[in-house]
Amino acid sequence: MNHSTSSIPFRENAVKALSNSALRGAMRNATETFAIKRADAVAALPLEELREEASELRLHVLNNLSEYVDRFEMNAVRAGAKVHRAKDSEAARGIIASILQDHGIGRVVKSKSMVSEEIHLNDYLQEVGITVVETDLGEYIIQIAGEGPSHIIVPAIHKDRRQVGQLFAEKLGCEYSDDPAVLTGVAKKILREEFLSAKAGISGANFAVAESGSIVLFTNEGNGRMCTSLPPLHIAVLSIEKIIPSLADLPKFIRLLPRSATGQTITSYLSVLTGSRKPGESTGAQEMHIVLLDNGRSELVSGEYREMFKCIRCGACLNACPVYRVVGGHAYGSTYPGPMGIVLTALLEGMERAKSLLDATTLCGACGDVCPVKVPLPRLLRLLRERRVEQGLTPRLEQNAMAGFGRVVEKPFLFHLGQIAGHVFWPAVKKFGPGDAVGRMPRPVSRTFRERFA
Amino acid sequence: MRIQLFGTCLIDTMFPETGEATVRLLRHFGVEIGYPDGQTCCGKPADSGGYSRESKKAAEHFISVFDRTEGPIIIPSGSCASMVKNHYPELFKDDERMRQKAEAIAGRTHELSQFLVHVLKVHEAGLSGTGRITYHASCQLTRELGVLEEPMLLLQSLNGAEFVDLPHSDRCCGFGGIFMAKLPEVSMALADEKVDTILSTGADTVTGCDHGCLMNIADAVKRRGSAVRVKHIAAVLAEGLK
Repeated sequence: MNHSTSSIPFRENAVKALSNSALRGAMRNATETFAIKRADAVAALPLEELREEASELRLHVLNNLSEYVDRFEMNAVRAGAKVHRAKDSEAARGIIASILQDHGIGRVVKSKSMVSEEIHLNDYLQEVGITVVETDLGEYIIQIAGEGPSHIIVPAIHKDRRQVGQLFAEKLGCEYSDDPAVLTGVAKKILREEFLSAKAGISGANFAVAESGSIVLFTNEGNGRMCTSLPPLHIAVLSIEKIIPSLADLPKFIRLLPRSATGQTITSYLSVLTGSRKPGESTGAQEMHIVLLDNGRSELVSGEYREMFKCIRCGACLNACPVYRVVGGHAYGSTYPGPMGIVLTALLEGMERAKSLLDATTLCGACGDVCPVKVPLPRLLRLLRERRVEQGLTPRLEQNAMAGFGRVVEKPFLFHLGQIAGHVFWPAVKKFGPGDAVGRMPRPVSRTFRERFA
Repeated sequence: MRIQLFGTCLIDTMFPETGEATVRLLRHFGVEIGYPDGQTCCGKPADSGGYSRESKKAAEHFISVFDRTEGPIIIPSGSCASMVKNHYPELFKDDERMRQKAEAIAGRTHELSQFLVHVLKVHEAGLSGTGRITYHASCQLTRELGVLEEPMLLLQSLNGAEFVDLPHSDRCCGFGGIFMAKLPEVSMALADEKVDTILSTGADTVTGCDHGCLMNIADAVKRRGSAVRVKHIAAVLAEGLK
């Protein structure tokens, strides 16, 4: 299990990713397609109005989060679910493992859930002897490849169909094919068996509805409802900020989320699950557990990063981010990649871990522009960089350079002296090598514009 | 009309021809130019790096230099203009006296293409130009200042030149100030993609309103061995004055 607290080596990861031509091709194709489809899909919406409404609603929930969590819990219990509160990842993992162990379950099907990635659930269950079978096709692909998701919506975005074909031939013993229909057929056959024999299913939740105690799942393959309604036991694990006040609020997000994520007007399957199976009902789990993960959130929502938790995990900021597009999600070395991932990693895993990750943005603002709930990502990223400086976590060389900048920027004479020094010493400075920024900048001139103008 | 020019540290230090082109252009339209003594850098590099103490020093200095002057402040750079217009008031949000000063300065500040279109109506006169010109929409200019159409109106008005659209014109070129120094490999990869799209247009000149981006793009063009000219919009427009 990798629960390292050491700093993520983003630059090294990024350089490795940049040299992977298959990854870059797959990333380019996928993000390009999503961007075009998204633009088409949102064209039909009163987008700005919807964004504003969704943003306000999300903020309202965050401002009253503990009341909403209580209300959700009360109504979920009333509907027949068992609700567990987990203060951190360790608690959540423990709760889930003991529910499964109490039922004597050694194999479980799972629908894609980023929160389960956040708490490193699969590794933990494996350790205590419980096998998890991922049933989202993308998640299944990376599971058999022994990787984590590289996108929060499209976990295997970094792989092209040839790589998937090779992987399947190697791990599943089937004949090589790079035809998506054939490959999907192979996975479907295996997963169908798993669904039918599973005694328990684990899911995440896109939203949780306070007034009804329901959880809401958006999926494209139907695996979500197979995991949650076919096995007799269902465990949903979600973070507390996913709550929305009422079912009447859901349509807003149905309109925004799939369009922002993949450019679909709606997902193929939308499940609203309210409690366990009641007498006379023909489907649904007989026992439903809901694990509400806090992991620092109830504290974070009262501080300056509150707006991060408006996020509805659509992945639009990933697709729009120039850095994410060329290096892919694994380079971020954390559960959540891309712009939202940098912020969440810093908040959930700490500044020491995220300090180099904070450089993985040009602050171009594309992420903030596409966000359907107006998370001010560029502002949060900039704010985190400020905190990083305050905590002394930037390189010494940079600190010295900036301190020097601060000294000369208010003294025009010194500033000018620095310009002259730049001109004189440029050839020497340039020896740092062609990869360095200096190697890509022209030499400072001998007579500045100010001197020429005067 | 008399304006105050902020030359930006990049233009002052590395691209003085762009400063000279800006001056010629503005004078051509009858504008008198003040160049306040003591100006240095707007503080953007420190600000985006999170060094707020240093960016505040730069902001205080900028404000003290321009506070003594009157008239519009013209900045031939989208990112510096956005720094002054958007970030300065934010930097001093807890200091009422400085915030008021910052807002007054912000209110007087215009990015060059904004000023040329909205105040001088340069696009209505139409200067002359040559060749095929394409345009990179830099991030802070586009997203923070909301300057989308102005540079294109100016370029489209050039008699004798052909304006060609750049695919994904507003996609980041990978400069990002401090980003270029900290993640040079990623920065170059992004600049290379930008150059791919530039070359796909068949343009012989690429222009923009920010020397930071243009410097990054010029380097990638050079690496590619391409003859495409990379020029600031002030230089492109001033060429037609000869």
